[in-house]
This record gives sequence, C-alpha cells and structure tokens, in this order.
Amino acid sequence: MKEIVVISGKGGTGKTSFTASLAYLGGSDVVVADCDVDAADMHLLLKPDFAKAEEFFSGELAVINQDKCTKCGRCKEVCRFNAISIINNQYIVDSLSCEGCGYCARVCPVNAITNEDLNVGNWYISNTKVDNTLVHAKLGIGADNSGKLVAKVKNEAKKIAVENNKDYIIVDGSPGIGCPVVSSLSGANFVVLVTEPSVSGLHDLKRVYELVKKFNVKAGCIVNKADINSDKANEVREFLKEEKIVHIADFPYDVSFTEAMTEGKTIVEFDNGDLKKLVVDSWNKIKEITK
Amino acid sequence: MRIAFTTKGTEWDSNMDPRFGRTDFFLIYDEEKKKFTEFDNRAIGGEAHGAGPKTAQQLFELKAEVLITGNGPGGNAATVLEKAGMKIYVGAGEMTVKQAYDAYKNNELKEF
Amino acid sequence: MKIAIASGKGGTGKTTLSTNLAAYISETEKIVLSDLDVEEPNSGLFIKGDSVHKEDKFKMIPVWEEDKCTLCGICQKVCNFHAVIQLGSQIMVFPELCHGCYACSELCPVEALPMVPKKMGELKEFKNGDISFIESRLIIGEEQAVPLIAQTQEYVEKNFSEDIIKLFDSPPGTSCPVIEAVKDVDFVILITEPTPFGFHDMKLAAETVKELKKDFAVVINRYGIGNNDVIDYCERENIPILAKIPNNRKIAELYSKGEIIYTHVPEMKDELEKIKNYIFNLRKDRK
Repeated sequence: MKEIVVISGKGGTGKTSFTASLAYLGGSDVVVADCDVDAADMHLLLKPDFAKAEEFFSGELAVINQDKCTKCGRCKEVCRFNAISIINNQYIVDSLSCEGCGYCARVCPVNAITNEDLNVGNWYISNTKVDNTLVHAKLGIGADNSGKLVAKVKNEAKKIAVENNKDYIIVDGSPGIGCPVVSSLSGANFVVLVTEPSVSGLHDLKRVYELVKKFNVKAGCIVNKADINSDKANEVREFLKEEKIVHIADFPYDVSFTEAMTEGKTIVEFDNGDLKKLVVDSWNKIKEITK
Repeated sequence: MRIAFTTKGTEWDSNMDPRFGRTDFFLIYDEEKKKFTEFDNRAIGGEAHGAGPKTAQQLFELKAEVLITGNGPGGNAATVLEKAGMKIYVGAGEMTVKQAYDAYKNNELKEF
Repeated sequence: MKIAIASGKGGTGKTTLSTNLAAYISETEKIVLSDLDVEEPNSGLFIKGDSVHKEDKFKMIPVWEEDKCTLCGICQKVCNFHAVIQLGSQIMVFPELCHGCYACSELCPVEALPMVPKKMGELKEFKNGDISFIESRLIIGEEQAVPLIAQTQEYVEKNFSEDIIKLFDSPPGTSCPVIEAVKDVDFVILITEPTPFGFHDMKLAAETVKELKKDFAVVINRYGIGNNDVIDYCERENIPILAKIPNNRKIAELYSKGEIIYTHVPEMKDELEKIKNYIFNLRKDRK
C-alpha cells in the first residue's frame, strides 16, 4: 500500500482539485484523506455521506470553579497569555486566549482550576460518490492547528486501507510549512507538489521543498496554469531538474477547472478531451513511479 | 544489543510502523537474552504537541541502543535520539519486524 | 485605522488586493502595509522598496543551567507541550515546542531554567514612495506564528501615527494565527472567489470574524467564474460587497511576474477606487 501526499506551499494552485481527480480515478482502489483540516474542501467534490462522526479533542482549557475560588488572584499573576480577567467580580478564563499550559491549575492554592480537554472539531469517515472512503475533518474556529488532527485523519485512513487491502492512500495535504504539513508528510511514499509559474508560486515551492527534503521522500511536481508565464515556468523546470524532482505534467490555464468545480465535479468528470488526458496520464505516471 | 522497532503490533510477523513519533508500539528485542519487551505508545495520539521528543525520551527509558524504523524521526525526536547515542536505521517501513531485523543484520538498511 | 485583509481559502487574492490597494492609496496619502503571513510572506515580491529598518524578533525560552540542576524532574512534569525532556542526567529543551508559559522556569526549585530570548523571526521595514511596507518572516522550523504576528502589530502601532491607514495582509484559514492577526483591527475585508471552494471557506472566515465581533465586508475576486452563491449569501446576510474584481487572464499573468496590476488593467483600478472610498468613509465616520 502506497501513501501519496499532495501539497503546495502556496494556496490556490489547484492542490485539492487535483487530489479530488485522483480520488475519482482511483475509485475503489484508494482511500482518501483530506488533511487540509483548516478549511477542508474535498467534500464539495466527492459528496461524502458523513457516515461516522467523532469529536476531536486537542489541547486543554483551564476552567475555574467559582464555588472553590477564593479570588486570591494567583492564577492571573502567573498567566503569560492574559487569558484570565476579572468580570463581575469573578475570575474568568478567556477560551480564545488560553494556551492550555496548565500553569494556573498548578499554582491555585485551593485546586479550583481544572484542565478540560478542548473539543476543537470533528472528524468523519464517509463513503463518497466514487465508491471509496474519505476520511476528513472540520477544525473549529480559532483552534490550534497542530499536527494532531492531521495525524488522526491519516491514521484512520491508513487503518481502513490496510483492513480492506487498498492499494493507495491519497492525501490532500495542508498548505504552508508548519506542523500540519509535517504531519501530512510523515509516512509518505511519494509527494506531489502542485505549483504555478509565478514569483509567489516558485518562492513557496522552494520553501516547502526544504521541508520535504528532510523526510527523504521521492517527489514529483505538477505545474498548473503553466502557460501564464513561460519564463517562470522555465525557472520552475530548472529547479525541478536541480533537485531531481520528477516533472509529472504541465496543466494549462483553463477556465474548465473552475467550471468543473462549480458544477461539483472533478475535471476528469467534466472534461472529455485533453485536460482529462493530462490528469489520467499524471495518475498513471504516479502509479508507475510508486510501484 | 537492545534493538527497538517501531511497529503496528507485538509479534515477529507484525508490520513495522513507518513513523516514529506517533508509532503505535515499540518492540525492544534483547539479542543476548533473545527476549522481547513491548511498549504501547498509542496514548501519544492524545498529544497535540511534542510527540517526537516525548516518544524519544520514552525509548531512552526503555534502554534501546539501536532503532529500526521506516521514514525516520522528525527533527526534534532526532535531536533527542542523537543525544542519547542511539544508532538509527531507516527504510524498514514496509516490512514485518522479522524482515526488518534480517535486513538490519545483512546491512541492507540505511543508516539515518 | 487598522484594516485586515483575510480569507478562508488560500489563493483567493489577499496579497494581490493588499499590495494593489496599498499602492493605489499611496497615490493620495501615506499608507502602511504589513504582511502577517509570517510562514510564507509574499507581499514583498510585489512591493519593492528601500530597506529602512531590520530587527530580529525574539520569544522567551528556558535554558538549562547544568551546575544548578538537581535532576528533580519537576520541569518535565509541568510542561504540557513536551518542550522540556529529562534524558537521564540531561535536561533537553525544545524551543520550537515552547509556548512561553514560564511554568518550568518559575517552578524550578533551584532556578536552573532561566528564561532567555531566542530569535524566532525577522521584521523588515521598507519604503517605496508613500508606502511603508513591513514584512515579518518566521525562521524555518519555527512553528509558532502567533508571537511574531503580535510583535509585528506592536511595532506598527508604535511607529506609525493613528490616522495613517494600516493594511494587514493576514494568513489564510481560520486557526489561531488568523485570530491573532484580526482580533485588534478596526475592520476586516474578506476576499473570496465565487466558486464552491471559495464560498465554503468564506462562510468559515465570516463566522470567525463575527465571533471576534469585527465589522467586515466582502470583495469578490475573479468575478465572472463560478456562480452567484457568494453574492446571494452576502445579500441575505447584509454583508456589503465592496468590489468585484473581474476574472482576467492578464491579471494572472501580471501577478505571475510580480507586478502591480491596476496600472495595466483599468477595470481593476475602478474596483480599487470603490474600496478606497469605502475605507475613507469609514475613517470619516469614526472621527
């Protein structure tokens, strides 16, 4: 079983759209994991049924028991995050500011503070319209996006893939370069980088590739909207060659991609010509490399 | 030598877990005594941060001298393991524990 | 007056809007633009100016003083983030995991873990005509955006006068870096694209902004593609739509080269004028 992770560094390059197409082409041979948990979008194309839903807990929130509280103020003194204030003569913790460090609970002389597990979102296991399983999540507002929810989604996807003898796990990775991306990448057999030939795109591609190198995983690249800037596209190709990243394909700038999305379809459902062929060829290439 | 494996189960024919920080289990094989110790690491799933260092420290306390794993530990975990003087071998992520051990003995695994 | 430009989805045009709006407003008056997307700051690729100031930014982390330590292990016990680990007779600190709560340092019975500043990023200030541009960047491996975002905003607050318009190019998404970027501003502009992904993520962003009790309005980018769901939603929810920047391949091409767009695309300039007027009116009303 192979784990293929699709990331982009920069947002808006077409990562999720491409991943959804692979999910469609893979059909029942694959399990899909949407690890882009802060603004997950794959479900808009794969039409999942949310068959199983579970709460997700991450981090802690300090809660002050007003009956026990003697208003000594020790908690407020030690809090470095200005999360404790006095409102209506009561000491109250602000949930958006509390970092869950637990310090206040440790110093409270009357044990009036408890650390409660914070429900920061939900994760789901769904059946999709293309006859495979999608593991996805929704992170709540203001939540701390550590690698934890990403790890959970991937782990569940892996379990399902192994139990059902699936050939691939396709992961829609997190954008950026922080821990959610690290968590998306850990365990990958192959990374697909989706980029665009622009100043920002190349800049972010290089930054995210630094991270990929640390994991020692083979990588390939899709250059989306390749024809909007041929100079930049060449620069991207140079970079790929230098770093020995497989150049999987160039996709043209084409409104069909958004038209497909608007109709709730992946490009391979919407198009029957060159665009579809490009995606199908890309998927075949990826399968070939990861054999 | 005491050899640690990151695993999905607790038998010789269990699959290796390619991850380090959030690996399901550790199996420590004592070559002299020819005995296994197992450690269930799954509680780490409840940790938002610092899974790597915590797991590495756990491994240190289990007195492992060699670590055999899949992709290798992330940055923080690697720092701890290095400090603990552990030798790390990677590339065994798709094997069973037995296969990983044999590969290690035959010098087929890559040193981290 | 402080205005944040945010979005749920990445790639909808925050940086395109921030840089072009800043450049446009600078034709009339001084303006400050700050890039708070500290993991991947991009605005600097478009606003090239002369370097005016550079400073390292620090966060406080504990440092182990071996000779004082009694190896009691309290530090490891009180750290909720596993940033302090005891390995036999050694204490190891992981600065990137440290949240700066000071618990280990202050609860150590022998003061063997004093807090010292550690560099986690850099702030640079540039000047290009009437635009003052501030960019903060996290050093790679440093995970926490929130402290750097907060310190950047403090810098802007301290160094520029009250009546200059301050634009903040925010990070995408709805998690804590965005909260930090947005929580102290006067107004939020949410930019989105009129597609299912754009619409879905814009609703998340709107929810977030409402939770923070901020006034906000929407700008639609790449208008012409997708459908009318965003417009219908804004009408139902009484969210003002400040502008509709048209979908135009030329805009994508200019963007790809790192150029300011409105000087080449008149329709964009018209939309920027609408946004500028709205902002100026807001400022007048606040006085």
